[in-house]
Amino acid sequence: MAETKGRFGVHGGQYIPETLMNAVIELEKAYDHYKNDPEFNRELSELFNEYANRPSRLYYAEKLTKALGGAKIYLKREDLNHTGSHKINNVLGQALLAKKMGKTRLIAETGAGQHGVATATAAALMNMECVVFMGEEDTKRQALNVYRMKLLGADVIPVTSGTATLKDAVSEAMREWTSRIDDTHYCLGSVMGPHPFPTIVRYFQAVISREIKEQILEKENRLPDAVIACVGGGSNAIGSFYHFIEDKEVRLIGCEAAGRGIDTFETAATINTGRLGIFHGMKSYFCQDKYGQIAPVYSISAGLDYPGIGPEHANLHDMGRAEYVPVTDEEAVNAFEFLSRTEGIIPAIESAHAVAHAMKIAPTMDKDKIIVITISGRGDKDCAAIARYRGEDIYE
Amino acid sequence: MSKIKSAFTNGKAFIPFITCGDPDLETTGRIVRAAVENGADIIELGIPFSDPTAEGPVIQGANVRALAGGVTTDKIFDFVRSLRKDVKIPLVFMTYSNVVFSYGAKEFISTCKEIGIDGIILPDLPFEEKDEFQPICREYGVDLISLIAPTSQKRIAMIAKEAEGFLYIVSSLGVTGTRSEITTDLSSIVKVVRENTDIPCAIGFGISTPEQAENMSKLSDGVIVGSAIIKLVEKYGKKFCRGCW
Repeated sequence: MAETKGRFGVHGGQYIPETLMNAVIELEKAYDHYKNDPEFNRELSELFNEYANRPSRLYYAEKLTKALGGAKIYLKREDLNHTGSHKINNVLGQALLAKKMGKTRLIAETGAGQHGVATATAAALMNMECVVFMGEEDTKRQALNVYRMKLLGADVIPVTSGTATLKDAVSEAMREWTSRIDDTHYCLGSVMGPHPFPTIVRYFQAVISREIKEQILEKENRLPDAVIACVGGGSNAIGSFYHFIEDKEVRLIGCEAAGRGIDTFETAATINTGRLGIFHGMKSYFCQDKYGQIAPVYSISAGLDYPGIGPEHANLHDMGRAEYVPVTDEEAVNAFEFLSRTEGIIPAIESAHAVAHAMKIAPTMDKDKIIVITISGRGDKDCAAIARYRGEDIYE
Repeated sequence: MSKIKSAFTNGKAFIPFITCGDPDLETTGRIVRAAVENGADIIELGIPFSDPTAEGPVIQGANVRALAGGVTTDKIFDFVRSLRKDVKIPLVFMTYSNVVFSYGAKEFISTCKEIGIDGIILPDLPFEEKDEFQPICREYGVDLISLIAPTSQKRIAMIAKEAEGFLYIVSSLGVTGTRSEITTDLSSIVKVVRENTDIPCAIGFGISTPEQAENMSKLSDGVIVGSAIIKLVEKYGKKFCRGCW
C-alpha cells in the first residue's frame, strides 16, 4: 500500500528520514492538484512572462557558427531571464506552490548562488521569509551573489561541514527542513533529491524545451539535430531535453564538469566517473569511494560542483537516450572567452561547459545541421574567478 | 523471540550509540566494553558516513574523526568479530543506505549475520523504500529496524505493523543532538504503536541527562543515548576509560 514512488528506471525514490515523509507526501498532493489547476497555471504564466521575461530568445549565433565552420548554432538565452539564469523558472513555480500550501518560509541550497538569488527574489516578491544555505567555500567564490541574496532580504548561512560546497549545502538544508516543516518549504534547486522534487523541478523547467521546439519550428521548420546543456544536478539540461525525449532523431547531450580531468580526483563528472548509489534522497549515480563514502568533487564552476546527478538523467543515460560528456575547466574557460569575443555574450561558467562541447562537435557536422545550446545563465558572476584562473589578481 | 526483543525483557533497555573508529577502533572497543559493564542492553554501532544528513554537529564530528582515522566498513566488520569473543549483548549497526548499498546489500547483510550483528538502523530508509534491503535482511535473520517520527501521524500504525526487532521512536523534530527539553507528545505515539505491535519501542534523539532518560523510559521500553556519549568521546579521545561515563 505504501510503495516506492518517483522512479526513473531503477533511479529516484524517496530515501529520506521518516520525519520528512509526510512533508513530501503533502507536497506531491499539492503538486498533483495545482499542476492541473487553470488558475495556478494562469498565475504562473503571468509570473513567467511579466516578471521573469519569458519566453527567452532562441538566438541564431551567426558569428559563432561561422567561426566554427560547421553546424548552425542557436543559443537558448536563459541568461536573459530575470535574475540571470534558468533557476527562476523552478523557483517561481515552487514558491507559488508553497504559497498555495500555506507555507510562509522558503529554504534553499545554492552552489554558484544563482538558485539562492532566484529563491531570495521569489521570496521578496511573494512576501515570504527566506534562508539560503551555501557552502563556505562557495560564499568566497561567489561573494557578490551572497550580497545580492542579503539585499533581497534573505539570510545566507555559510555551511562549514564536509567539503563546504554544494553537497554540504543540500545536506544542511535537508537538516533544517527536518527541524521546521510546518511553515517551511524546501525549495530544492535541481532535478534531484527525493520524489516529488525531480518531477516538480522538471515540470517547471520544461518550459525551456517547449519554447525551443516552437521557436526552432518557426525559424527552421524542423527540429534541431542536437540539444546541448550543462549538467550538475541537471535542471537546465532536463528542461532543455524534456520535450525532445520522444523525438529520437534529436541528440541530447549533457556536459558534465570534468574539473582537471576525469582521470584525476579533481572532477565532478558523475556519469563518467561515478557509480550507482543512494544519497540525498535518491538512487542515482554518485562520485564515491569503494565503501560508498561520497567523494569530495571539484570543478571551477560552483554550480556544477556536485557529486550526483538527477535520477531522470541517470535513466536517460542507462537507456542510451542522452549522452553525457566530460568538459574540463580549461575547455570551459576557453569557451567562456570564445563566446564573449565572438558573440558579445558572456555565459555563466556552467553554461560555458555546454558551449565548449559545441565547439568540439560543430566543426565535425555539416552546415545544414542544427545545434541548440542552452545558455543557462549569464557570466557576470564569474568574471573575477575566471580572471584569477588566468592569473589576474582581481577580486569582487 | 529475536535476540533484540529479548534484550527488553529485563526492565527498561539502555541503548548507547557509539561511532566506530572515533577516534580509533581500539578506543571504540574499550567504550563498548565499558558500556556493557555499565548495564547497556543493546549497543548501536555507527558505521561512519561522509554526509550524515540525519545527524547534528556532535555526531557529524564523530563521523569526520572516524573517517579521518581511516576506518572502513571492512575494518568495522573485523572489529565486531573480535568484540564478539566476549561481548554477548545484541549489537545493531546504525549507518546510511549508501554504505549498505555500495558494499552490496547481500554481502553486507550476510556478513552482519556471520559476525553477529542483530539489526540494522538506516535513518534514510523510510517505510516506502524498505524493500531495498528488507527481503535480504529476512533471508539472513537480521532485523531491519524502523523509525517513527513526531510527524508520522497516520503512518505510525502502518510502520508498527511491519516493524522488526524494536521500534526507534524519534523524540523530536530535527537532527540528532542533545536538547534541553523534549516536547513531543510521545505517549500518544507509543499508544498507537502498542495497538499495532507487541515489539518493544525505544526513544532516541536529544536524550542527554539521567532525568530525561528516566522520563523517556517511563513512556517506552528503552532509551537510546547518542550525542551525550559522543561528547564524552570527543572530550577524552583515546584516553576514554570506564570512569569517563
